[in-house]
Amino acid sequence: MIQLSAPFTEEKIRSLKVGDMVEITGLVFTGRDAIHKWLHDGNEPPVSLKDGIIYHCGPVVMKKKGQWVVTAAGPTTSIREEPYQAGIIEKHGVRAVIGKGGMGEKTRLACQKFGCVYLHAVGGAAQVLAEAIKKVRDVHLLEKFGSPEAIWELEVEAFPVVVTIDAHGNSLHKDIEAESSQNLAQLMAQIGKK
Amino acid sequence: MTSSLQKKLQETFIEIIRKTSAELPQDVVDAVVEGLEREAKESRGEYALKIIQKNIELAKKKSQPLCQDTGSILFYVHYPRKLDGELLGKVVKKAVVAATKKGYLRQNSVDSLTGQNNGTNVGPGTPTLHIEPWKKDHIEVKLMLKGGGCENVGAQYSLPDSRIGAGRDLNGVKKCILDAVQQAQGKGCGPGVLGVTIGGDRATGYLATKEQFLRKMKDKNPNPVLAKLEDECLNEANQLGIGPMGFGGKTTLMGVKVGALNRLPASYFVSVSYMCWAYRRQGAKVSARGEIQKWLY
Repeated sequence: MIQLSAPFTEEKIRSLKVGDMVEITGLVFTGRDAIHKWLHDGNEPPVSLKDGIIYHCGPVVMKKKGQWVVTAAGPTTSIREEPYQAGIIEKHGVRAVIGKGGMGEKTRLACQKFGCVYLHAVGGAAQVLAEAIKKVRDVHLLEKFGSPEAIWELEVEAFPVVVTIDAHGNSLHKDIEAESSQNLAQLMAQIGKK
Repeated sequence: MTSSLQKKLQETFIEIIRKTSAELPQDVVDAVVEGLEREAKESRGEYALKIIQKNIELAKKKSQPLCQDTGSILFYVHYPRKLDGELLGKVVKKAVVAATKKGYLRQNSVDSLTGQNNGTNVGPGTPTLHIEPWKKDHIEVKLMLKGGGCENVGAQYSLPDSRIGAGRDLNGVKKCILDAVQQAQGKGCGPGVLGVTIGGDRATGYLATKEQFLRKMKDKNPNPVLAKLEDECLNEANQLGIGPMGFGGKTTLMGVKVGALNRLPASYFVSVSYMCWAYRRQGAKVSARGEIQKWLY
């Protein structure tokens, strides 16, 4: 298990490889469909994303005794942000993107060029991941986009992820798909021959 | 139906929703554990399944939704003829609104034209309610919550399909099933379970795939031809190497359930629904007085 703690420097990010199991400690910013489109349209983020981590997540957040508390926070499907992600990595200096399901070629190439990684959280594990969120530091654009689509600043500790796209041009999604495609071709060729 | 019975039934339905959202049935938990034992030590597949196992325990302990996507709400209700079925349906919908307020369900029903979410989970088409009278004197309620990620990777094939070389026979069906798993990769939050229908029309085919998910993981298909097909497809899908969450590994699927419907001579559909590992299915035998007598899974 590799520990990745703030500050998230380019050097630390470039040292990660596809397949590494990582625990993140530091600050992450949630951002999903509305925020990605809004940044892509040229709006300036209310917080600096430089050397930051974006988490594709629409958390369930409740106010308890005047404090925000995250009660469920699993990843959402990342591929919807594929048209926007590469540009946001480049323009805002994002160092890592957390999500699920993987991303495409544009994002893979942006990760390689600008020193960023894609970190895969376990889909559906809303409770385990909420436990790793220790504090809600702030929230931005809550009124404009509503709770699931707002930018939540979350302090996380030992947040578990797997590197599936690294900063060296490798993608686990691409590899697994190619491998399973070969296996499929062999299985298909056997069907009906027994 | 007296107002006090309606009130009692509403409470009962809310409890069924809570349990379904927070607790996986034991047969699914057992399948996750089997997958965990199958994966190589220290592998990414084992790691994903360990987190999944921990999440299942934590959600149950905290009585909170185990996945934040509480999904499509699918009710299957049978009721004694003496009860008013229309009114019973209304009580189910009231329970959905109340369970959403309590946080057992996410606000998950969006107007497809305006994009608005009224926050109640009740609207055209939601929740899905299959409700039928029967001769018995108790109510049976089965409930499934199916997330959007896995719903999105379902697939329907019309045979013959030249892309995958599938003809109109069981070999062709098997090719469809394996292709659907390959297309889904890890996007459906695997290891998953497939519900498959051979035949029917485009609507009834998909409808019946969901009903396959009401079966227990280890049950045996009463039709020996389908039982064999299920075993073979499960075994072969797990040779693809996609693994938990698409991280690679031996456990791509935990189960395959297949049913068959008659078809038109001109049509031969194979419909495949994917259920994620967060396979939320519960059921209860409810007395005519509205009390839960027995959990079904």
